[in-house]
Amino acid sequence: MRNRDSISRNLDWFTIGLFGILVILGWFNIFAANYNDETKTLFDLSQNYGKQAIWIIASIIIIWLIILLEAQLFTAFAYPIYGISIALLIGVLFFGQEIKGAKSWFVLGGFSFQPSEFAKVGTALALTKYLNDLKKSNQQFKVRFTTILILAAPAALILLQPDTGSTLVYAAFIFVLYREGLSGNILLIGLAAAVFFILALLIKSTSVTFPFDVEVSGKFILIISILIILVLVYFLFNNKRRKLFYPLTIAFIVISGYIFSVDYVFDKVLSPHQQNRINELLGITFDPKGAGYNVHQSKIAIGSGGFSGKGFLQGTQTKFDFVPEQSTDFIFCTVGEEWGFLGSFVLVILFMTLFFRLLFLAERQRSTFSRIYLYCVSSIFFFHFAINIGMTIGLAPVIGIPLPFFSYGGSSLWSFTVLLFVGLRLDAERKHVLR
Amino acid sequence: MRDLSERRIVILGIFLVIGVVYLIRLFYIQVIDDTYKLSAKNQALRYVTQYAPRGLIYDRNEKLLAYNEAAYDIMVIPRQVEDIDTNSFCELLTITKEEFIERIKSARSYSTYKASTFEKQIPTDQFAQISEKLYQYKGFYIQKRTLRKYPYPVAGHVLGYIGEVSPTDLKKDSYYKKGDYIGISGLEKEYEKELRGKRGRKVLLVDVHNREKGSYKGGEYDSLAIEGKALYCSIDRELQAYGEKLMQNKRGSIVAIEPKTGEILALVTSPNYDPNLLVGRYRSKNFENLVANDSLDPLFNRAINAQYRPGSIFKLVESLIGLQKGVIKPSTRIPCNRGIINCHGSHTNDNLEEAIQHSCNPYFHQVYKKLIQQGKSSNIFKDSEIGLREWHEMVTKFGFGKKLNSDIPNMLGGLVPDVNFYNRWYGEGRWAFSTIYSNSIGEGELGVVPIQMANLAATIANKGFYYTPHLVKAIGDEGIVREEFITKNETGIDSNYFSPVINAMSAVVNQPGGTARRARMDSVEVCGKTGTVQNKDRPDHSVFICFAPREDPKIALAVYVEYSDFGGVWAAPISSLMIEKYLYGEIKRKDKEQRILDASFLTIYEE
Repeated sequence: MRNRDSISRNLDWFTIGLFGILVILGWFNIFAANYNDETKTLFDLSQNYGKQAIWIIASIIIIWLIILLEAQLFTAFAYPIYGISIALLIGVLFFGQEIKGAKSWFVLGGFSFQPSEFAKVGTALALTKYLNDLKKSNQQFKVRFTTILILAAPAALILLQPDTGSTLVYAAFIFVLYREGLSGNILLIGLAAAVFFILALLIKSTSVTFPFDVEVSGKFILIISILIILVLVYFLFNNKRRKLFYPLTIAFIVISGYIFSVDYVFDKVLSPHQQNRINELLGITFDPKGAGYNVHQSKIAIGSGGFSGKGFLQGTQTKFDFVPEQSTDFIFCTVGEEWGFLGSFVLVILFMTLFFRLLFLAERQRSTFSRIYLYCVSSIFFFHFAINIGMTIGLAPVIGIPLPFFSYGGSSLWSFTVLLFVGLRLDAERKHVLR
Repeated sequence: MRDLSERRIVILGIFLVIGVVYLIRLFYIQVIDDTYKLSAKNQALRYVTQYAPRGLIYDRNEKLLAYNEAAYDIMVIPRQVEDIDTNSFCELLTITKEEFIERIKSARSYSTYKASTFEKQIPTDQFAQISEKLYQYKGFYIQKRTLRKYPYPVAGHVLGYIGEVSPTDLKKDSYYKKGDYIGISGLEKEYEKELRGKRGRKVLLVDVHNREKGSYKGGEYDSLAIEGKALYCSIDRELQAYGEKLMQNKRGSIVAIEPKTGEILALVTSPNYDPNLLVGRYRSKNFENLVANDSLDPLFNRAINAQYRPGSIFKLVESLIGLQKGVIKPSTRIPCNRGIINCHGSHTNDNLEEAIQHSCNPYFHQVYKKLIQQGKSSNIFKDSEIGLREWHEMVTKFGFGKKLNSDIPNMLGGLVPDVNFYNRWYGEGRWAFSTIYSNSIGEGELGVVPIQMANLAATIANKGFYYTPHLVKAIGDEGIVREEFITKNETGIDSNYFSPVINAMSAVVNQPGGTARRARMDSVEVCGKTGTVQNKDRPDHSVFICFAPREDPKIALAVYVEYSDFGGVWAAPISSLMIEKYLYGEIKRKDKEQRILDASFLTIYEE
């Protein structure tokens, strides 16, 4: 056993500091969101802020345990941990308690536990282990298949609960895959798919009437525009015409087919409330009392904070329950309302600093395992951050996922803590190459 | 394997772009765009008006005439109304569903986010159970108001009434907001600015369930309502009530003035109404009833709005002007030649005092002739014009033919015909004394309102001047109300000319054979003059003006009883009882009082 002091010396205290600041700020905002005139004590265990205090104290114990453990254990037990995660996800489908229409929770007495949060840790470890152990091989298909399987298994199980938000978090791993060699074209194709998806939805119900009463739906106009662009490309690259003809033709057919299928996917695959949320986000519908209520209220709360905010505990929109889910998914509203743009700015900068620090830590690893794992951590955090804050300010669809360290909830706080500190524990071993 | 570490730049870039976009977006909605701040205020803050209680109104002895009682309005903010149980709500307010829909619609047409009154003036007893349940209905809240309450059902016309501001009021004075109350008549109107006080505002926090959550920022933006100033009237509540009692079943008015100050002691018009009827949610219904279903028109204030011919009381004015102009002396005797103008009684050749006492028509016909035809022009028409012009000027100084500059709104000024009037009437140069001589005995074209008659009595009591009759002695802590109320109005008649006139007025009451013997009192020397205004086919108007006591007069009165009898029969005894009431506080002459109370002329009015 190595000296504990050397581990302590090698731990990245900068990141730990960021973690501490975020957790404490998070607790204060949960307190503010639940504060009312009856509030008597800071540690009222019947209130969210009282419970959150317990979760925070418990997470310190978890951190202590992780630091005490040998770093090699994480590489050795990556697959078993993943296996346990999958088992829990299957178990929750049978033995879980249905809360708000989803079987996401094990409830034992007064204690509840959300396996999908822990599955992120297991999946990150397993993916890391798998990518780390890859020998240079030609079995590209097998590698891709296995990778997709590692990610898709927990995602699919979570989708069965159903918990769309937590499922989508697995998309975050695309950053890791890209860093480790996934073709950039796939990122571009993904981006293009998203753009065409949005375009197709936006023009879905529009049509243009030309002279002689010729009514053309927006969809056709979009397709014709794409055709014109492709034809222009074809003629612009005069010398490569021959080479370009087939790819362009295929591109046109694929894009057209995709545009036509968007409607179908949108109408048949997405549930009505998901459709509504997307329609609200894109401004296709405006219904501040119905589907758009959450985002509308959230924007009012944040917007009303102004430059310097209304002051701690002075937020009217959050305190008086205009904003829904104010301690969990919409915790950022409290920051925006009570601390204004200054507070929001500080918080965004804190998070960005954390992400960049984690990327920096990842890149300084000699061990591939550590690097990949830290990329996983950074990507998962970033995805949560981007979606959570994005939805409160109307830039992302309403997907109920927590803001790391900020949102109320033991399972999420602990899983984010474990994710982070396993990474930091690995980083503390950066002078050794882990196998 | 190719070096993939450059890819970290791409990932870093994506993170950075999202972060920057979010910061820009945050800056936009938090700092640049104000719509969210406004929405937040509309949602979480409720601006509750703190209506100021109107100033109290006291009589001259600081007895209460009008005070305030709490009432509650239910307000609605249409855009906040959602998911309410309409049936139970309608039951709570005892309204029908159609009314509910109608009211919401009209509130919505005013504004969806501003509060409108949904139900007005719920009395305190019904309010308790409504307030308990109201929180269940989103978008509704309670607004406290105050309503007028009158401890005695007297002086309705003097006090006036209040009602909601009209669109014209809203345009005229930016102080008012829709739903505010404003004085519409009487003192409530005249002293609106003093009585209304200052509206306050409370900013309350409300939660998503429409429950009040205390005051916003510890009340930093609240302002307290300031109660309106108290009004101290010159009215004597007991005298006013007694006057109204005496005038029951009669049509007419009593005006009593304190000569020394011009303070109006009583301003009685009959028939009248209980001021409590014109308050609160039943105001408009009662108002309609008073207008439509009462042929005697109880809303008409005869004391200031009924223009009558003054009749014989005007002979007092003729006498004083005649003496001042030197066209007669107290000793001047004029034969009672009944050729041109009729007379009554058995006198033949009266001097001035006797002529007043007997109300000799030919005497004043001659006095008027001397005033109008002074021989200043050889042309009789021109001469009459000069005479009339001078006469008009002097009559006007008695407060006739013009609106008294008082604090009673909507008062009439009466009419004293002048040169222009007759020129319009007959044409220039086509009239002379012989055309207009009826004025000499208070008939003809003269028009006078009762308050001007009382003012004449006060002027004679003061021997030559009057203070503008007014209703308010003091406002709040300020003693002087208006400069014009303490300014002497001189008639331009020398005070020594009043002696023969007052002698005559005393004789009218106290001498055997005087026309107003019924006004006589044992303990006090009352001076008065009757008037009997003739009506075709109907009994005469009974008129009497007087003051008492003769030395240091305390009260001057005018009483007008329509279609009753000679002046001495009804108006004189009513005056006498009023004097007794005012000077002694109680009535000893019960039989006299009973005679008046029993008298009713309603059948005559209904003809």
